[in-house]
Amino acid sequence: MKINQSLISKLEHLARLELSNSEKEEIQKDLNNILQMVEKMNELNTDDVEPLVYINEQQNVWREDKIANQVDRKDALRNAPDKNEQFFKVPKVIK
Amino acid sequence: MSYSSLVSIQQSISDGEINCQKLVDYYLSNIENSKDLNIYVEVFENEAREKALLLDKKYTENPDSVGQLFGLVISIKDVLCYKDHGVTAGSKILKGFESLFSATAIQRILDEDAIIIGRVNCDEFAMGSANENSAYGPVRNAVDTSKVPGGSSGGSAVAVQAETCLVSLGTDTGGSVRQPAAFCGVIGMKPTYGRISRFGLLAYASSFDQVGVLAHSVEDVSILLNVMSGYDENDSTSSSRPVDDYTKDLKVEGKKKIAYFQNALQHESIDKEIREQTFNLIEKLKAEGHEVEPVDFEYLDYIIPAYYVLTTAEASSNLSRFDGVRFGHRSDKAEDLIGIYKKSRTEGFGTEVKRRIMLGAFVLSSGYYDAYYTKAQKIRRLISEKTFQIFEDYDFILMPASPTPPWNIGDKMDDPVEAYLADIFTVQANMVGIPAISLPFGKHKNGLPMGIQLLANKFEERNMLAFSKNLMELFF
Repeated sequence: MKINQSLISKLEHLARLELSNSEKEEIQKDLNNILQMVEKMNELNTDDVEPLVYINEQQNVWREDKIANQVDRKDALRNAPDKNEQFFKVPKVIK
Repeated sequence: MSYSSLVSIQQSISDGEINCQKLVDYYLSNIENSKDLNIYVEVFENEAREKALLLDKKYTENPDSVGQLFGLVISIKDVLCYKDHGVTAGSKILKGFESLFSATAIQRILDEDAIIIGRVNCDEFAMGSANENSAYGPVRNAVDTSKVPGGSSGGSAVAVQAETCLVSLGTDTGGSVRQPAAFCGVIGMKPTYGRISRFGLLAYASSFDQVGVLAHSVEDVSILLNVMSGYDENDSTSSSRPVDDYTKDLKVEGKKKIAYFQNALQHESIDKEIREQTFNLIEKLKAEGHEVEPVDFEYLDYIIPAYYVLTTAEASSNLSRFDGVRFGHRSDKAEDLIGIYKKSRTEGFGTEVKRRIMLGAFVLSSGYYDAYYTKAQKIRRLISEKTFQIFEDYDFILMPASPTPPWNIGDKMDDPVEAYLADIFTVQANMVGIPAISLPFGKHKNGLPMGIQLLANKFEERNMLAFSKNLMELFF
């Protein structure tokens, strides 16, 4: 598997990043080196192995259907980069 | 004045030799004198002094009214939320962010009267093994300032090493507590996955992350584990198993069976002296009457590949929340919403974080998901089953914490693969979710610290700590 520039551009969009051309080339080189290391996984036959998804032993965790961990408006807006009295502000979405 | 355990501090307080205010002064002056090591992101100076004054008053009025951690001055890694305090994960993207709540682990130590003296530097979003990937610049090893302290909890390790606090809380996703502990000559322990709540820990890879402790003594690790462990309704992966008393009767009963991996100790990446010292220790353990035997572990070289697939996948998902809308850095160059996402993330994240997010996006993307992500999950099961099979016959697995001593700052910056492979001995514990501890065991002939690691079965912290204490007393 080789990662080319068009795949890098696709991943860049999926990851919501905007890389410069030199960064793209750098990341392409790094990802190809990393994938070469990762290819080692293919040496193992895993045909009859179930993927391991959860490593804790907890079963389903039930809780009362009660409102908890609420944040009031003042706190919710406290760390906002742009806001008014009531809302987070972003550029116009509908044009 | 120099203290290596909370018990000795509490004794000195009760003897009237010291109080919390003097302790805080002592640690603050050490922080001031070690500024060149770049340990602290923020020192809570006034607050620590005020808390010390209050606690001294409380103690004078009634010595029985204080909590279990009375007299403990502690620092916390910059990924643990502390209500109304900054937390930035060593990243520009969270500059100025203040947490609305405290992590469960933090709340539990506060409830027992610990004094938090500051938050310490780390690799950005805990991604790194040298503490060089931080927006605040690299942390330096106090033994030799040209060397890395390890990572990602490098600030925590040096904070303890340079005596700027008694204990530090770190987090461990693939060795981020144990490897820096080894590089700095202190103890580092990660518990079983689920033993300590992850609520309020800024997530890197949620099925791997655990809060861990860096300290000078096994006793301090034990008491912190006592305080922080246990079920938390805010973390559904936290375990509801009853919590052992990890401080009581920390004695080794009878002789133990210990496994080591021949192929790990003969591995091409391992430093010659680390290998020799490990074999010396094995001989000493045998002389004590323990059974120490080589076992085959054929998956050693598959651990790192599977680990980087799984953790980057989880990271790319976890870090999607940093979009510049509700909190964190927002680019002033964006003109539309998607531009806010892209430009804010691009300006806010450092190179290593971008690399891992991109790799994670790749292994999760349609067409590649099964070949990489599912494959790695299957290998995780093979590694897990084999590890538990070993614990059917053995109490512990013994392994160096790192294949090499600390390297020079800047040495592995250009080659991510080389840096990733340095995690080879620590990642297994996180892949499987078992507890592990790194103990300082002597010095390399170049004068740098080394760490030996014990791995134990799930929820066997008590036995692991008892054996560690015994090892420290006998050999180190």
